[in-house]
Amino acid sequence: MAESNIISPENLVYEKTSVMTDRILHYCPGCGHGTAHRMLAEAIDELGIQGDTIGVAPVGCSVLAYYYFDVDMQEAAHGRAPAVATGIKRMLPERYVFTYQGDGDLAAIGTAETIHACNRGENILIVFINNGIYGMTGGQMAPTTLPGMKTSTSPRGRDVATMGNPLKITELVAELPGTYFVTRQSVHAPANARKAKRAMKKALEYQKLKKGTCFIEIVSNCPSGWKMTPAQSNKWMEENMFPFYPLGDIKVPEQ
Amino acid sequence: MTEEIIIAGFGGQGVLSMGQIICYSGVMQGKEVSWMPSYGPEMRGGTANCTAIISDEQISSPVLNRFDTAIVLNQPSMDKFEDAVKPGGLLIYEENGMTRKPRRTDINICSIAAYDESVKMNNTKVFNMIVIGGFLKVRPIIELENVIKGLKKVLPDRYHHLIPLNEEAIHKGMEIVKEEQAVKK
Amino acid sequence: MKELRLMKGNEALAEAAIRAGADAYFGYPITPQSEVIEYLMRENPADRTGMQVLQAESEVAAINMVYGAAGCGKRAMTSSSSPGISLKMEGISYIAGAELPCVVVNVVRAGPGLGTIQPSQSDYFQAVKGGGHGDYKLIVLAPATVQESVDYVKLAFELAFKYRNPVMILSDGIIGQMMEKVELFEQMPRSTEEYEWATLGKKPGKDSVIVTSLQLQSEEQEKVNLRLQAKYREVEKNEVRFETYACEDAEYLFAAFGSCARITRKALDMARAKGIKVGIIRPQTLYPFPVDEINRLAGQVKGILTVEMNAGQMVEDVRLAVNGKTPVEFYGRFGGMIPTPDEILKALEQKIIGG
Ligand SMILES: Cc1ncc(C[n+]2csc(CCOP(=O)(O)OP(=O)(O)O)c2C)c(N)n1
Ligand code: SF4
Repeated sequence: MAESNIISPENLVYEKTSVMTDRILHYCPGCGHGTAHRMLAEAIDELGIQGDTIGVAPVGCSVLAYYYFDVDMQEAAHGRAPAVATGIKRMLPERYVFTYQGDGDLAAIGTAETIHACNRGENILIVFINNGIYGMTGGQMAPTTLPGMKTSTSPRGRDVATMGNPLKITELVAELPGTYFVTRQSVHAPANARKAKRAMKKALEYQKLKKGTCFIEIVSNCPSGWKMTPAQSNKWMEENMFPFYPLGDIKVPEQ
Repeated sequence: MTEEIIIAGFGGQGVLSMGQIICYSGVMQGKEVSWMPSYGPEMRGGTANCTAIISDEQISSPVLNRFDTAIVLNQPSMDKFEDAVKPGGLLIYEENGMTRKPRRTDINICSIAAYDESVKMNNTKVFNMIVIGGFLKVRPIIELENVIKGLKKVLPDRYHHLIPLNEEAIHKGMEIVKEEQAVKK
Repeated sequence: MKELRLMKGNEALAEAAIRAGADAYFGYPITPQSEVIEYLMRENPADRTGMQVLQAESEVAAINMVYGAAGCGKRAMTSSSSPGISLKMEGISYIAGAELPCVVVNVVRAGPGLGTIQPSQSDYFQAVKGGGHGDYKLIVLAPATVQESVDYVKLAFELAFKYRNPVMILSDGIIGQMMEKVELFEQMPRSTEEYEWATLGKKPGKDSVIVTSLQLQSEEQEKVNLRLQAKYREVEKNEVRFETYACEDAEYLFAAFGSCARITRKALDMARAKGIKVGIIRPQTLYPFPVDEINRLAGQVKGILTVEMNAGQMVEDVRLAVNGKTPVEFYGRFGGMIPTPDEILKALEQKIIGG
């Protein structure tokens, strides 16, 4: 069959959302960032709020997120995205505002900004990509690095006695009165990715209610930083990350 | 004697370690050396390069725009550095993956089929040692014994059993490097 | 015995910290200096000397950890690159105000903002003119080689404790990332000295020690400022360091620091080969600045070209030192671009000789 016969509207089963640009993603093969981007973009698309959404990109591998999301975006300094988002939301309370941040950005250098934005109950969505490592700078220890896990700054494995424990910041923000919806998802398999998208949609819709911060952790992989193939990294994630960072809702709005 | 070398190719071809081995060998021979890598995101899947300088004198600038020798291992690197070779200097290129021949007529040009040779040797990891062999054949600035001493410094102890294989690769490189164009310096 | 090694600038600097008897290093990863903390974590100096190494949650935290350790009279160090150094500026001001000794390394990358990770000298002003708030000075050392990166760590700790003042080593992505031969000095013991200004626990019969930069009365604050200024004058008198080359017969002069001075040296060699009599002055301390030497040379040469990897920062200090005696021009590349020796020579010919 000729190609032109296959490519026809009635055969269309999947289409790239227009909330993502045509830029080629710079992420390593198999990295979860790409899928997480797409889920968030599709959620924005399905809600029809592309023109009403403003995103904040972090410093980390997703520093160039503003190239991929076709929405207005600001680039924040390392860790400061929730503060930047606060500024945006306070000026434009009717807009949908999200941050997209890695674990180093959100849970190390930006812990204070994270905690206080959540505690103030800023009506924003925080998407938190937890891959347990600093991908961008070449694989250093992150606040979420698992005990015993080897990184370039924990070459003998994370020693909790001197390097501290992995920070479950998602459970922590769930304790704050300012958060409205807190959940932990993954995007490594189609079913999980769909669930993550549903959570993102819900979280964006909740922004209209002005009831507080929505916080979605995506437990993700970093094949390069973990020094694994994409398939190995997903398996390793299931076996090691999920037991420590169990998937599921942590705080849901009272009905 | 001062030899200013640029080595360029894809990340993963061992470009950076080639420069390091040449520098370590230079140290073993009592030379002054400097090694400067390209660093950062441009290395992610893209091209990597390093400048290695070996000299009898103190080295001034570790970064250069013109070189005595360019060792280029892929087409983008040839495109970028062919013109940076000083007149009368040397360009060595890996044949595999090149889509064109060098164009300069005022420099010495050699080619080396190091990749094919490494496949024949059943070990593509020695690719860069074959290239080093080719380079040292044409520009014998460092003695082989010092290269081996240098290797011992670069390689962790647990890899020292691989040194004979690397030595063999250097010899192979010396054998297979082909002179394509010779000019007077 | 001294030890000769081929080392990366960042790693050599980290090794030098261990050997200089540092008690603590606090840092946060950032390119192009992450090798400092990575090397220290690999080397595990706790086993070698008892030195403590910690990855902090941010540069803000790291510099405040340094404050705490320095307040105990310990040899504490941190390192970062430009965006991280900006975050440390608040802490550095407090350390200068509390008159604590410490070593801060900046492996400069190009800015402003997130900028690029490529080498630059665009933090000269930040290092030399303040950066943080208040009337304070850092002693600023500018290494041009891996060897100097090593030697300046030792020197930095000496000066920091001599003057109870923060010392900055202003390196850049070239010196941090390049490998060169270096001679490592022998391991020095960690100090056991108990300074009377350090908080080590109140001694019976003695006043408790307070480490602070706060003065409630303006009169008192002015006294502190005067004391600091007197200290800075001492530093200016005693600690100027520079290197000159080919200046005896020079008709023209280059002024450059750090890695850029090495590139300029190459241009100098090319100029000399063409018969152009040019020399170079390379300040090794950016504060205190070699004002007298530059002024003296200004009386000898027909013009000075300052070469920097920024939009023209040190050139302002060169002009102040020259004080109108001879024309001072500037050539620079920035944004992570590195000037080539050819460009520098051309700039000399066009801006100084032809001008
Ligand atoms: C003030 C400052 N400090 C440090 C850095 C260097 N830096 C860039 S990204 C990053 C951490 C990235 O890790 P993470 O947030 O987990 O994101 P990932 O790259 O894994 O997606 C660091 C330390 C910086 N850009 N700015
Ligand atoms: S370094 Fe890790 S987090 Fe970054 S793009 Fe690559 S795989 Fe993804």
